[in-house]
Amino acid sequence: MASPRVLVLRSPGANCDEETAEAFRLAGGVAQPVHVNRLLESPDLLADYQVLCVPGGFSYGDDIAAGRVLGGQLRRRLADACQRFRDDGKLVLGICNGYQVLMSAGLLDLDSEGAEGSGERSATLAWSDRGRYDARWVTLHATPGECVFLRGIDTIEMPVAHAEGRFAIRDSAALDRLRNAGQLVLRYAEGDNPNGSADDVAGVCDRSGRVLGLMPHPERFIDATQHPCWTRSGLSGEGAGLAIFRNAVSFFD
Amino acid sequence: MTLWEVNLLPATGETDREARALERAAAELHDAYAAGEAPILAASARGFLIGAPSADDATIDRIVSELLADPVVERPLAGRMGDIDLAAPPAELVQRVGGSPIGLLHVLPKPGVMDPVAGSAEGAIADLGVAEPHVRSLRKYWVSGVTQDRLEELAMRLLANDAIEQVVVGPLAITSLDAGEDHAFELKHVDIAGLDDEGLMRLSREGQLYLQLAEMQTIQRYFADQGRAPTDIELETLAQTWSEHCSHKTLAGRIAYRDERGERRFENMLKETIFAATNKLREGWGADDWCVSVFKDNAGIVRFDETDNVCFKVETHNHPSALEPYGGANTGMGGVIRDTLGTGLGAKPICSTDVFCFAPPDTPDSELPPGVLPPRRVIEGVVAGVRDYGNRMGIPTVNGAVCFDQRYLGNPLVYCGNAGLIPHDKSFKEPQPNDLIVAIGGRTGRDGIHGATFSSAELTSESESLSGGAVQIGNAIEEKKVTDVLLQARDRGLFTAVTDCGAGGFSSAVGEMGEEIGAEVWLEKAPLKYRGLSYTEIWISEAQERMVFSVPDDKWEEMHALCEAEGVEASVLGRFTPTGDLKLTFHGETVGELPMALLHDGRPPVVREASYTPPATEPFSPPAKDDYTEDLLKILGSLNVASKEWVIRQYDHEVQGGSVIKPLVGVQNDGPGDAAVVRPKLSSRRGLVISCGINPRYGEFDTYRMAASAIDEAIRNAVAVGADPTRLALLDNFCWGDCERSETLGSLVRAALACHDLSLAFEAPFVSGKDSLNNEFSYLGAGGEKQTIAIPPTLLISAMGQVDDVAKCVTMDLKRAGNRLYAVGLTRDEMGGSHLALVQELAGGEAPAVDTDLAKTVFAGVHAAIDQGLVASCHDVSEGGLSAALAEMAFAGGLGVDADLSTAPSEGLTTAAVGLLFSESNSRFVCEVASENAEAFEAALGAAPHAAIGEVTATDHVAITADGAAVRADLAALKEAWQAPLRW
Repeated sequence: MASPRVLVLRSPGANCDEETAEAFRLAGGVAQPVHVNRLLESPDLLADYQVLCVPGGFSYGDDIAAGRVLGGQLRRRLADACQRFRDDGKLVLGICNGYQVLMSAGLLDLDSEGAEGSGERSATLAWSDRGRYDARWVTLHATPGECVFLRGIDTIEMPVAHAEGRFAIRDSAALDRLRNAGQLVLRYAEGDNPNGSADDVAGVCDRSGRVLGLMPHPERFIDATQHPCWTRSGLSGEGAGLAIFRNAVSFFD
Repeated sequence: MTLWEVNLLPATGETDREARALERAAAELHDAYAAGEAPILAASARGFLIGAPSADDATIDRIVSELLADPVVERPLAGRMGDIDLAAPPAELVQRVGGSPIGLLHVLPKPGVMDPVAGSAEGAIADLGVAEPHVRSLRKYWVSGVTQDRLEELAMRLLANDAIEQVVVGPLAITSLDAGEDHAFELKHVDIAGLDDEGLMRLSREGQLYLQLAEMQTIQRYFADQGRAPTDIELETLAQTWSEHCSHKTLAGRIAYRDERGERRFENMLKETIFAATNKLREGWGADDWCVSVFKDNAGIVRFDETDNVCFKVETHNHPSALEPYGGANTGMGGVIRDTLGTGLGAKPICSTDVFCFAPPDTPDSELPPGVLPPRRVIEGVVAGVRDYGNRMGIPTVNGAVCFDQRYLGNPLVYCGNAGLIPHDKSFKEPQPNDLIVAIGGRTGRDGIHGATFSSAELTSESESLSGGAVQIGNAIEEKKVTDVLLQARDRGLFTAVTDCGAGGFSSAVGEMGEEIGAEVWLEKAPLKYRGLSYTEIWISEAQERMVFSVPDDKWEEMHALCEAEGVEASVLGRFTPTGDLKLTFHGETVGELPMALLHDGRPPVVREASYTPPATEPFSPPAKDDYTEDLLKILGSLNVASKEWVIRQYDHEVQGGSVIKPLVGVQNDGPGDAAVVRPKLSSRRGLVISCGINPRYGEFDTYRMAASAIDEAIRNAVAVGADPTRLALLDNFCWGDCERSETLGSLVRAALACHDLSLAFEAPFVSGKDSLNNEFSYLGAGGEKQTIAIPPTLLISAMGQVDDVAKCVTMDLKRAGNRLYAVGLTRDEMGGSHLALVQELAGGEAPAVDTDLAKTVFAGVHAAIDQGLVASCHDVSEGGLSAALAEMAFAGGLGVDADLSTAPSEGLTTAAVGLLFSESNSRFVCEVASENAEAFEAALGAAPHAAIGEVTATDHVAITADGAAVRADLAALKEAWQAPLRW
């Protein structure tokens, strides 16, 4: 089968689009950066792609809250296109700010079923316990379940770089529900939770396993020399983060 | 129009971070502000003021629930302006204070000050289908335990900055969000003909022109010859173009310099020292010249690979940062990024650097002169300002330094640097006659009026009230959008030249671009943030995030469409008319007309005296000891040396995906890396190395040695990670005091001579530079007498190196027990300005010199060894000498050291132990080498002095001996000493 086409969503303030597109290319995809204004003009454009990736950055400055404005545009103005995209069995990946966008857009199936429109949000990404932006590498454990992107991954290191990435949950019942549904697919290793996320959650997927949002940046570990200890450990070749992009591409084999 | 106020309070169970921070800060000031014994307690909310012609309560509810509030972590409260529920303190605070009175405070940006949050909210509300929304953001605090009449003062001290924000005590009663009023046009002439010298200088001062007498006289003569009075905009244009900030007239002027070797006259000091060295190197290289464009564009450009060049520029933003640390540093970073964007036909920003000089953070409030912000607030504001611009732009901040000295109290230094990548065929620009003048990006407002002239003046305790308008707040996302457009337009060939709108605004940008052609500008065409700007304000405003292009007529349509597609505003402001004149019009009426020749060549030369007298030397006589462990711990814990992890972690140093050597390295990612390495092209293995050197302490002894040491330090930091010493480009940034004093200027000329000499010797060209003079703060002392604090002469040298394959790079952390440790380079008796002298509070000694022949041999040898893969770790030796370098390598690697320095190459040490452990001689490294590579390593070093001094041990202990004295400490103790001081 031909390489899947990946739409890397540009927006005012998105700033990880180039390296994210490069990661998809290295994994064998055909990645194209597309400005959100083009999608808003013609939402049908989305149908030409198999993967939608919302990259990291500061969409619209994160001015009201991280990902809020772009997430609102997806939720209100691109709702139908996004729904069709998911119904067609395609993949959606949100990294860092992209995760915040997916969360804000309601594309991660986190709210209790039937609560659609009732305003009863179950989870959010809030200010870090540290109270400021923080960049560091963390170790993560994956429990992929149905999640396409994390297939075959158990433990992986990646960097986080954010101020608003604390996974906050409405109550313990909501947490139990998401855990039982197998949606809490990526967790910070013990002692490595950088922001106070509930249950050490670093990434969540939707109920189908085809939509993933995560705070760490896999596109920043596609080459060994990006790892902070590569001069110590003799790492060479590609970085472990590339596996996430390969999983997305090979899903369409 | 009805106004609504929306408050967003932390939901139950969520931490009120703003309030906790306020309580912590207020606790320190309890005695001054508290109403009684009870602690000062607070609650906070963030808020929005919203108005829209068609809005009703239901509209606002929808805006709140769909856009503003997060239902999981926030509790929203909305009401019409004046609704008493909005003023009511949160129940939780009422409960905590148990009946004490609670005051209410609001902090809002002053009308007209950039409010990016409000701007984004307006866009998003319009997206919801609400027409013409107006928004202002605010912060709100309820405070108990403070005397009511001191609430405002507390707020000004801890929460707001008067330069940009206003404090409202009690309920808000705002009736309109409209910032401006219509401008009534009136062409203003300035009567200059009849003024005597005193009158001219008064006009210069009171008009904030900050020109010198000879310059004012030249202007007076020009207009007398023309038989007319200048208009206000003509005077402003001349003042901006001739300002120190824009023309660097002191250092590029005539200087009569005298030192211990005699007299020397310069027609143009910079040209005859630093530029001359670069030119000579380039001539010598001939066909192998790898410099592309030096000292003429916004940044210096050198060759990188077969298709691309790299450029580098470092700027300062000192005065704005003194008044408003966040905004000053924020726009400092934004400004230097625009330098990259405005280089050639536009370079892509790939990494940033930041170097700060502050007063010690523990300076007591009682020692602060009037008008000076507490150093800790300056530090936190500056770091946050750089953070929020660089991170939002998606440019990794990869390298930097922080220096501390009491004399930076009223005048902190904020250096921001940026490097860019630019294709070979886009590295030059040339505006063409009759091209359109096009401005894109942010709108023009009243922010930043007089920045160019203000930054050329000395700061005083009244600067804030005089020059508040010179302070700006940035909007990084606007600049990111401009970047996205600019790089696409460049690749499509839509313009012939571009430059940034920095100091001087349109005046500077259009004046520079049209220098060889002429220009006509239609000032009413500039899009404005709000009504009411005069034609002069439009012309000299330094509103951020604007770039100016010269666009051929037949490209304008495509350029305009591209901008529109990305949501960037673009406007035609005029035309580069081939008249040789600058003509300014406003709605068809000519408001100013000046020959370009007068602007660019009409300034009378500045003539200055400069003198240098070497200070008397005295010996450095430390008390003899046999255990120096305490001294080493104190050095590691001194502010200049201590870990800057608190700063570094707030910066994204990995965005763009090219990170190779990070600022913090080692087994726990917390050791002090020597230089950063990035891979700017993800398809290539070629790396760019960024490093710096700065040590104002040596300037106390000799600014020649200070400059030479800074150059050596920048180069050896780069070499330590693997940079090729034959491909290093340098930048100079001089920050000095008032150079009208001949001895101050003399110390600068001496540093420039060192730059010349070392650049030639190392074959490392200076490719760009900048100076910031008048870094002094003056105020009236208790007795009414004028007091002045001048900064110490401070030269920052930045280096940009290259490495052919990033996989060859090395870090400074020890790698494996059993490996050998080598000292490379020669240790001399150079204790003057050392950190041992600092912690022992001793004077005397000599500052480190640079033996350039020896240094070149050492750099070449270490590079050869690294290039051949023979070096497991390498660290430069600087503050604290060999002992500090070894300690840092050990705790970064989590491995022990057993070393005896007695065999380390040395020369002329008066006290061998002290010199071997702590001397700060230049051009030295410590290298870790696997024993099987030892022979090849020594061969690779060639004639560079070296000795095996010990080995890496599988312990948690560092033991260093030298001539009978020793340092012995556990890794944990060393690391704690180093990390504790700035672990905020």
